Amino acid sequence: MNRHSILRVVAKLMIPYILLFALYVQFHGDFGPGGGFQAGVIFAAAFILYALIFGIENGRKVMPAWVNRILLAGGVLLYSFVGVAGIFLGSEFLDYNVLGPTPVAGQHYGILLVELGVGLTVSSTMIAIFYVFAGQDI
Amino acid sequence: MISANLPILHVIIPLIGAPLGLLFSRSPTGAWLLALIISWFTLADSLALLLIVSGGEVVSYEIGDWAAPWGIEYRVDMLAAYVIVIVSGIGAVTMLYARQSVEAEIPRDRIYLFYTMYLLTLSGLLGIATTGDTFNLFVFLEISSLSTYVMVSLGAERRALTAAFRYLVLGTLGATFYVIGVGLMYQMTGTLNMADLVNRLPEVAETRTILAAVAFLTVGIGLKLGLFPVHVWLPNAYTYAPSVVTAFLAATATKVAVYVLVRIYYTLFKGGVFETLPVDEILLALSLVAIVAMSAVAIFQTNVKRLLAYSSVAQIGYMLIGISLVTITGLTAGILHLFNHALMKGALFLALGCVFFRIRSVNVDDMAGLGKAMPWTMAAFVTGGLSLIGIPLTVGFVSKWYLILASLEKEWWPLAAVILFSSLLAVIYMWRVIEVAYFRERPAGAATIGEAPLAMLVPMWVLVGANVYFGIDTDLTVGTARAAATFLMGG
Repeated sequence: MNRHSILRVVAKLMIPYILLFALYVQFHGDFGPGGGFQAGVIFAAAFILYALIFGIENGRKVMPAWVNRILLAGGVLLYSFVGVAGIFLGSEFLDYNVLGPTPVAGQHYGILLVELGVGLTVSSTMIAIFYVFAGQDI
Repeated sequence: MISANLPILHVIIPLIGAPLGLLFSRSPTGAWLLALIISWFTLADSLALLLIVSGGEVVSYEIGDWAAPWGIEYRVDMLAAYVIVIVSGIGAVTMLYARQSVEAEIPRDRIYLFYTMYLLTLSGLLGIATTGDTFNLFVFLEISSLSTYVMVSLGAERRALTAAFRYLVLGTLGATFYVIGVGLMYQMTGTLNMADLVNRLPEVAETRTILAAVAFLTVGIGLKLGLFPVHVWLPNAYTYAPSVVTAFLAATATKVAVYVLVRIYYTLFKGGVFETLPVDEILLALSLVAIVAMSAVAIFQTNVKRLLAYSSVAQIGYMLIGISLVTITGLTAGILHLFNHALMKGALFLALGCVFFRIRSVNVDDMAGLGKAMPWTMAAFVTGGLSLIGIPLTVGFVSKWYLILASLEKEWWPLAAVILFSSLLAVIYMWRVIEVAYFRERPAGAATIGEAPLAMLVPMWVLVGANVYFGIDTDLTVGTARAAATFLMGG
């Protein structure tokens, strides 16, 4: 890919904005369209683009396998711990009302954390799938 | 806190355990220990649930405190608790057995992945049996299926990969058909909650949309449960999966799918579906072919795991016959056989796991002389086989007794005759293995082998013991099955 300077420059220009847009979709998900799943896919797209343009080895340096695995499991854990927190605070599984001082604040924290968990797992799963198909182990 | 959350803990604890295992217990023993502890916890939880609902009470749990039918409701009645106990019980016993068998069959660096997938499957199967929401059921169906494909693909032979891929294609087809069926029902009723669907379906039951929904649901779940003739994924998946996986899946996954079918026919449609579409007759006809043809195919297998896989398709036929009779006795027999078949196939596949552990093969010819070399393993295999055939004092007899009782109640003598005939076929295919193991000597020059380790023998004999115990003391199993059947038939 060394010869394709246009691709390299454009990719370098775009990747920060892709990541920023992913974060926007992630954290704006409870006000407008968006959410963890879409954000996760967009976030992963930035890493996949980087690996496509600059090579798998460089991509691996940016997102090592062990970090990816921690994010992959961590997202699911974050989601389920938010659910279990509901139980420990004396209500039902995934009841957000009890998470904050008022039910509205609780719903807000709850959905934010749960969507963050979804985003983490989805993006690291997308990256893992890409690397598996690119011939690397997860 | 614990008691109020009983209906959800057995689903979320394995679900949390799976990523925890992935992160923290990379060593085979650590991963195994985590899976073992969680399995026994789910068993304790399910037994507590069974105790609560055995009085005829229905436990309902609203996730996130969102009231049904808007939120997702978990609903445990007698039948659900019964299936949950089967799944978690088999899970607990196979995990006790698993450590050495898994270390012998799965590459060391992938063992933690196996236990992660096992926990996800457990969570999915228990979720299917617990949830009272048709779409949530689909989600759990996918969780359990996807992790099952991975577990099958971990088999030692490369053919495990193609077996897993074929299972994936057909399993996905099944799940898609199921979700199309759910979508069609939603289109007509505007609800996904089962308890709500019960009230809304009768109005529209005659419409073409709902008829199509029933057809999609039947074919979709039929694919999942190994209904003849859409069972083609099953023999290879069972043959090439690691022994522990085969034992666990054969005893749980198809049972849970049968449970879903019972739920659809008897809970959602309250049996009214049999008046609008002849699904009972179709299932009966297919099951009759299954119990004869699949037993006959089993006779000609050289791989004993494959032999038992075909026998499983036939045995699922018995359950479906019970269900398609649409009487309380028939339904009792079908539900009873869910439990009994889990016990016998669990015991048989665990015995084969012991055989494979020692001789690295499960071909009939390689099992020559094992009766002397591995007396405890083969005795377990014989007892499981007797139970499969339906000899008195085993659970197989109890199932067949009620099945024949149900067919005689309807005065369908030929049906009873076919059931007896297929039992004779079971005698033939079990005898082939037993003959080789007991009446043929080990080939000269073959390495001397000992009995399987105690840690594998004990869990296997727990299941064998259960085969005999529940064959003699039938109060618990028959009582629960009859109560569940009566409840489903609205009696």
